[in-house]
Amino acid sequence: MTFDKVLLDHGGGGRASHELIERVFVPRFQNPFLKEMNDSAVFDLNGANLAFTTDSYVVDPIFFPGGDIGSLAVCGTVNDLAMRGAKPYYLSVGFIMEEGFPLKDLEQILLSMERAAQEAGVQIVTGDTKVVPKGAVDKIFINTSGIGLIPKGFNIAGQNAQPGDAVLLSGTLGDHGLTILSKREGLAFESSLKSDAAPLNHLVQEILSTGPEIHVLRDPTRGGLATTLNEIAGQSQVGIEIWEETIPIRDSVSAASEILGLDPLYVANEGKLVAILPQSQAEAVLAVMKKNPYGQDAALIGEVKAENPGKVVLKTIIGGKRLLDMLTGEQLPRIC
Amino acid sequence: MKHLSEYRDKELAQKLIAAIRDQSKRPIRLMEVCGTHTVSIFRHGIRQVLPPTIQLISGPGCPVCVTATEEIDRAVKLARNPGVMITTFGDLVRVPGSQSSLQMERASGADVRMVYSTFDALKLARENQNKKVIFLAIGFETTAPTIAAAVLEAKLLGLENYFILSAHKLLPPALEVLLNSGDLNLQGFIYPGHVTTIIGTGAYEQVAEKYHLPGVVCGFEPVDILETILMLVRQIEQGQAKVEIQYKRGSSAIGNPKALNVLNRVFVPCDAPWRGLGTIPDSGLALRPEFRAFAAEDHFDLQVPPAQDHPGCACGEVLRGIKTPLQCLLFRTACRPDSPIGPCMVSTEGTCAAYFKYNE
Repeated sequence: MTFDKVLLDHGGGGRASHELIERVFVPRFQNPFLKEMNDSAVFDLNGANLAFTTDSYVVDPIFFPGGDIGSLAVCGTVNDLAMRGAKPYYLSVGFIMEEGFPLKDLEQILLSMERAAQEAGVQIVTGDTKVVPKGAVDKIFINTSGIGLIPKGFNIAGQNAQPGDAVLLSGTLGDHGLTILSKREGLAFESSLKSDAAPLNHLVQEILSTGPEIHVLRDPTRGGLATTLNEIAGQSQVGIEIWEETIPIRDSVSAASEILGLDPLYVANEGKLVAILPQSQAEAVLAVMKKNPYGQDAALIGEVKAENPGKVVLKTIIGGKRLLDMLTGEQLPRIC
Repeated sequence: MKHLSEYRDKELAQKLIAAIRDQSKRPIRLMEVCGTHTVSIFRHGIRQVLPPTIQLISGPGCPVCVTATEEIDRAVKLARNPGVMITTFGDLVRVPGSQSSLQMERASGADVRMVYSTFDALKLARENQNKKVIFLAIGFETTAPTIAAAVLEAKLLGLENYFILSAHKLLPPALEVLLNSGDLNLQGFIYPGHVTTIIGTGAYEQVAEKYHLPGVVCGFEPVDILETILMLVRQIEQGQAKVEIQYKRGSSAIGNPKALNVLNRVFVPCDAPWRGLGTIPDSGLALRPEFRAFAAEDHFDLQVPPAQDHPGCACGEVLRGIKTPLQCLLFRTACRPDSPIGPCMVSTEGTCAAYFKYNE
């Protein structure tokens, strides 16, 4: 069977998404910036080193514990800029709304966008609004684009991981994805889960203040940590080994994952980052991360190796080792 | 769920591994019947910590994997009916039938919804009275009682737009067929904790007696599995063939009579097609006559042409434990999780998906 249609899998952030991008989009818009496949494009404009990115938000439900589609739309784009080491400055925003969408919901979304923008220190400077007939979109979709400036001397990209580097994670895994699932129609269950959606640009600035030797920063959003590390291993042509017992996961997330048959390593985060840097700096950077409210649970979770280029290996608690592959398909529930 | 950590305890696991290495002398093949065990074994790297004397092979215990192609074809045909909403557990939407899958039908406009429970399907039926809501009921003795309870509730509510297409499977008849095939050179079974919670150990006692094969009912965490393997090694080294329960916190010898009672009120055993094993007498579940108002096959045309499986697909042999995925020519080449040919590559509990994902 061959697919002649776009399937939900193609939007899941895993292997199918990558194939769609590589086979359909990249060849069409061929240019060196796109080909790098990083969170933001980085280019020189009149001597300024700029980062530019865009992202669309279609989360369901639109309001959830710890945030809403508005805070997500600001934080997501701010974080994509920050992951290139950029200080974000200006955002654009586009709304596509369904006819009949309650104005008070829109106002609540705008309020949380304003708050998130204030926290991140960015301004929303241009925008667009479209309304479509009922049913043509589900409630509200938001697109944001952002532009930021990269300080001189930094080159942070997925291609830069080197054997011997340390892998740091800024905090617990799976909080955002499990929160969304727990509130989704048909699955709703009571829990203390809360999304981790947060702007990480200040945390990144603090990390960068320790020196210019940061090789990779990446926020493990859709597809989770496992997919993000696979992307980096592929881009840098290195192997990455992580240690299960060091990975911070909340008990509530662990429990919800077991019930739903999900693996937190593949669940989306919206306020976490992975930092890859020389071992010699790991301790200093970890200390800096732990001082930031968004990095309190930061941990050293693994190291970059020369062996098994392009692959990620997980050392399990009982001492076995296994491949940690990229997400394939959407993470689906267990059935028995 | 706070108690999870004790079953993932590093020191306890190390002690069990050392005991297994110490006590396992003769080469043995153990079959983990259940797909959840297969995944747990791979996920925790259990195969690499075992001595070379112990080989683990996967059995027919993944409900998506044993669903026959003709059953998928019928579901695809149902999905094409106007006014029909198909509801099902997640993995099934991606399993290829002869020509199409539910996922492809959904992309072409069919109303296919993923649910976590048949009660969600019941809710959808109540909220969408203009639609005929069909639940594709797959799974073993674990899921069947809940589905039976939903049918009882649908009858109580007088729902006229809720149907189930039953593709349930019963585990004991399949084990019997496997053992009679003579292909397996097997020394012991790792039995599924969850199924046993419902059916008890009666069926396993018969296997132990008739085939002189020991079995241990096992939980799903790494410490559970290691302890079970140790219990099997001890029995085999001593020439015993008993049924033991490692998963004492969840299973007992008598099972759950209340759940079985609900199951038997609604369903009656029927012949069922299994992928890889053919049609096995009394290995499926059909709605009893008084519940036929909910039987999709009585209300829709489900005639489909004979199913066509990919000629190279070895899912059947994999499910029977006589081939590993590595011996399938399609594995990792034509058949991958993102473009699966057989169901064992689709299901998260499928053996091929586990081999692929964890790079065996």
